[in-house]
Amino acid sequence: MSVTIQVADFDCGQEIAAMTKGRDDIGALASFIGLVRADTLGTENIDSMQLEHYPGMTEKALAEIVAAAEKRWMLQSVRVIHRVGKLLPGEQIVLVLVAASHRGAAFAACEFIMDFLKTRAPFWKKEVSEHYGQWVEARDKDEMALQRWQDAEK
Amino acid sequence: MHIHLLYFAGLREVLGVATETLELPAEIETVAGLRELLAARGAPWTALVTTKNLRAAVNQEMAGQDARVHAGDEVAFFPPVTGG
Repeated sequence: MSVTIQVADFDCGQEIAAMTKGRDDIGALASFIGLVRADTLGTENIDSMQLEHYPGMTEKALAEIVAAAEKRWMLQSVRVIHRVGKLLPGEQIVLVLVAASHRGAAFAACEFIMDFLKTRAPFWKKEVSEHYGQWVEARDKDEMALQRWQDAEK
Repeated sequence: MHIHLLYFAGLREVLGVATETLELPAEIETVAGLRELLAARGAPWTALVTTKNLRAAVNQEMAGQDARVHAGDEVAFFPPVTGG
């Protein structure tokens, strides 16, 4: 497991190469990349997104989420990168990369990690346009996405 | 004894403060008690009790309103998270 919070951009291809280097036991690799979507704030286009986090707790929360996924599925490797600071529309925000023997575990764990990251890891987004700034509000839909993992556990 | 407080995102902006160290009164035992103590400072600190769905963490773990707070703890208050 490897978790990184960084300002710099990341390269999914490089991360895959690093994860698979020297290994022939990986049968499936699932990846998710979140991007800054162009949007409007009132009548203005968003110029940038400001990503804030809680240093210390963020790393701990992400490590716990990945550990929960590793307990639930047989995973071979997990890489999470989340960017912070000022990001422009079209830029990458987050990468989740999961390697497993078979695709079922890789797909499911990748989605599980993202669902928990969105609702449990202490990151906050602020949309900034020329004259306005607005903190993004949490969506009930994200909280509901967790429900199915909890229902599936019963 | 002291506790270390942190505020994030919209709450930090409303308060105009990111961190502070506070002498913890002996009668304050929970996250809820701490919120009320801070809100008693008046505006803008009333946000600690009026903000919808305000979240808290004690020693970097998500914590409910009934969670205990002790001298030496790091307690953070923030809006629901919106990463990813």
